[in-house]
Amino acid sequence: MASVDIKDVRKSYGPVEVLHGVSVPIKNGEFVVLVGPSGCGKSTLLRMIAGLESITGGTVSIGDRVVNNIHPKERDIAMVFQNYALYPHMTVEDNMAFSLKLKGTDKATIKAQVDKAAGILGLGKLLDRYPRQLSGGQRQRVAMGRAIVRDPQVFLFDEPLSNLDAKLRVAMRAEIKELHQRLKTTTIYVTHDQIEAMTMADKIVVMHDGDIEQIGAPLDLYDHPQNQFVAGFIGSPSMNFIPGTLKGGVVETASGAKLPLGKASTAGEGRAVTYGVRPEHFTIADDGVDAEVIVVEPTGSETQLVAKMAGHDIVAIFRERYDFKPGQKVKLKPQADVVHLFDKESGKRI
Amino acid sequence: MTDVTLVRETARPAMREPTQWERLRSNRDWLGFWFMVPAMGILTLFLGYPLFLGVWLSFTDTKIGRAGKFIGLENYEWLLDDRIFWLSVTNTLIYTIVASAAKFAIGLYLALLLNKHMPFKAIIRAIVLIPFIVPTVLSAIAFWWIYDSQFSIISWALRKAGWITTNINFLGDPWNARWATIFANVWRGIPFVAITLLAGLQTVSPSLYEAATLDGASGWQRFRYITYPILTPIIAVVMTFSVLFTFTDFQLIWALTRGGPVNATHLMATLSYQRAILGGNMGEGAAIATAMIPFLLFAVLVSWFGLQRRKWQQGVGND
Repeated sequence: MASVDIKDVRKSYGPVEVLHGVSVPIKNGEFVVLVGPSGCGKSTLLRMIAGLESITGGTVSIGDRVVNNIHPKERDIAMVFQNYALYPHMTVEDNMAFSLKLKGTDKATIKAQVDKAAGILGLGKLLDRYPRQLSGGQRQRVAMGRAIVRDPQVFLFDEPLSNLDAKLRVAMRAEIKELHQRLKTTTIYVTHDQIEAMTMADKIVVMHDGDIEQIGAPLDLYDHPQNQFVAGFIGSPSMNFIPGTLKGGVVETASGAKLPLGKASTAGEGRAVTYGVRPEHFTIADDGVDAEVIVVEPTGSETQLVAKMAGHDIVAIFRERYDFKPGQKVKLKPQADVVHLFDKESGKRI
Repeated sequence: MTDVTLVRETARPAMREPTQWERLRSNRDWLGFWFMVPAMGILTLFLGYPLFLGVWLSFTDTKIGRAGKFIGLENYEWLLDDRIFWLSVTNTLIYTIVASAAKFAIGLYLALLLNKHMPFKAIIRAIVLIPFIVPTVLSAIAFWWIYDSQFSIISWALRKAGWITTNINFLGDPWNARWATIFANVWRGIPFVAITLLAGLQTVSPSLYEAATLDGASGWQRFRYITYPILTPIIAVVMTFSVLFTFTDFQLIWALTRGGPVNATHLMATLSYQRAILGGNMGEGAAIATAMIPFLLFAVLVSWFGLQRRKWQQGVGND
C-alpha cells in the first residue's frame, strides 16, 4: 500500500496537448475514481501512472518515489484492463500465477497465493479453465485475481465494467468495493459512468478536456458542484439548467417566469446566470412555475416527468405516483434552498 | 358442394409422408454434401486424376511415345540401387530442412520487426514483399548472374575489396552450388513467411503485452510466453506450406543449375523431370515423383497434429 501523488502532469502527442497539467493527491488506501466523458484524458492519466505511457511533464510519485522514469514492472502496481487482457493460452491458474512465476517465486508460495486470491473471488472451481470458457463476469474476476495475487502497492482499473451487462455491472461494482474494503489497497479507477464513480469512490476526480474540473467526495460533488460541467455530469438524470437574469432576489427567465432562490447569492442585480435544479428538487405547488407535461415515465418507485418550463425542457422526479397526462398544465416549484447558480459566461458556481 | 369437397380431397396429398429422396434433398446435413459436390468434382478431375495417373505410371515401364505395361514395383527396385536417386533424396532433405529453418528464423524476425512502430512502415512492408512478387524464373536468372563464374557481382565486389583474388565458383562446386541454391530459395521464401506471421502478430491484442509488462515480463519473456504460444497455430500453417513448397521446388533449381554440378543440386522433383521428360522414362520419373509422397505426407501429418485446435482455442467448456 502506498500513496500516489500526481503533480502538474502533462501529456502531449506531438503538438497536441491532451493533459494540461493535472494534480491529484491520493492518500494511502484511498479509492479514487477518475471520471469524465470519452477523450477527457482519464485513461491516459491512468496509463501514465502504470508506466504504459511516457510522462511529458510533471511528476508521478508512488509512495515517496518519483516513478517518471521507472519501468512499469518496477512500480509495484497491478492493472485490470477494460478487455481484461487475460492470456488466452493459459488456464485461470496460470494467468494468476504468471507474475509470480516470472519473479521466480517457489511453487508452494505461488499455489498458496493463487488459492488465496481464488478463494477471495470465488474462482476455486474455475482454476483449470481457459479464458474462453468463462463468462464475462468470471473473466473480470480472473483479471482482478491476477492483480490481487501480486499484492501490489496500487490497483489500477481501466473501465473494468464497461464490457459487462447492466445487471452484472451492478454486482461487480459491489464486489470491487467490497474487495477494496477488505484489502485496503490504494485504488485508482477510471470510468465514464458517473454512477460507478458515485457508488464506489472515496474521492472523485472529474476530468474534462484534459483538465480537472473538481476533486471531492461523491456527495460533496453532488451537493456543491464547482461549475456547470460537474453539475451536469454528476447525477442521473442530470441537473436542469435554465438561463435567466438575477432580478430582485429571483432569477427571471426570458419568458418572464420567476425562479425562486433560497440562500443562494443574490449579489449582482441584472447579472446573466444559469439556474440549476436537480430533477428530484421539484415539488408540485400552487405557487410554482407554470409547466406543460410532455412525457410521463412511471418506473414504479418514482414518477419521472419531462415538461416544458419557461421554454426549456426539464426533467422532474417525484417519489409520489402522480397521474399526469401529456399536455396537462402543472405548477412545479424548485426547492429554493438547494438550487444552484452558475455564471452564464464562465459556468462557475456563484 | 360435392365438387368443392372433391377438390379439397385431391389437394390433400401435400400431407403425405415425404419420400426418402425428398428427405435427402431437403435434409440440412445432406445440404452441405450437395454444396460440396461441384468442388469435389473439380478436385477429382484436376488433382485426383493426375495423382492417380502418376502413381499408376510408376508401376509401368511407359516411355514417351510407347504405352507401357504393368511391371509392379520394378521401378522402385531400380531406384533402391540408384546412387543418384539417393543423392537427390539427401539433397532434397538438406535443401528443405536448411532453407525452411532459415526462412522461419528470418521470417519471424522480420515479422517481429515490422510489427513495431517505425517510420516508413508501409514502404518497408512493400519492399519485403518484392521477392515474392518477382516471377521465380526471373529471380532465378538474376541469381544466375549474381552467381556467374565470370561476371558475379559478389566475386567482383570481394575482389575489389581485396578479400579474394580469384572469382568464387558459385555454381561449379557441389557445396557452393548447394548453398547458393538454398540462399536463393530462402530469399524468395522469406516474404511469405514474414507477411503471414506479421498478420498473425497483429491479431495479438496489445493489451496482452501491456499486461505482461506490468506482470514483470522482459522483452524476451513476452515473446516466449505470450507471442510464441499464441502464434503457434499460424506458425504451423505457414511452415507446412513452406516445407511443401521447398520440398517440391523445381523452377529455381532448373533455372540455376539443372541439378548440376554432377547432380550435386538435383532435387527429387528435378531428377524426376529429367528422367521422365528429358530421358523419356515416364515410369521411372513417375516412381521418383511418387517417392516424394511419403515425405510430404509426413510433413502434413506433423502439421496436422500441430494444428489441431488447442484446448484454449475452443469456445466450449471442458467439463
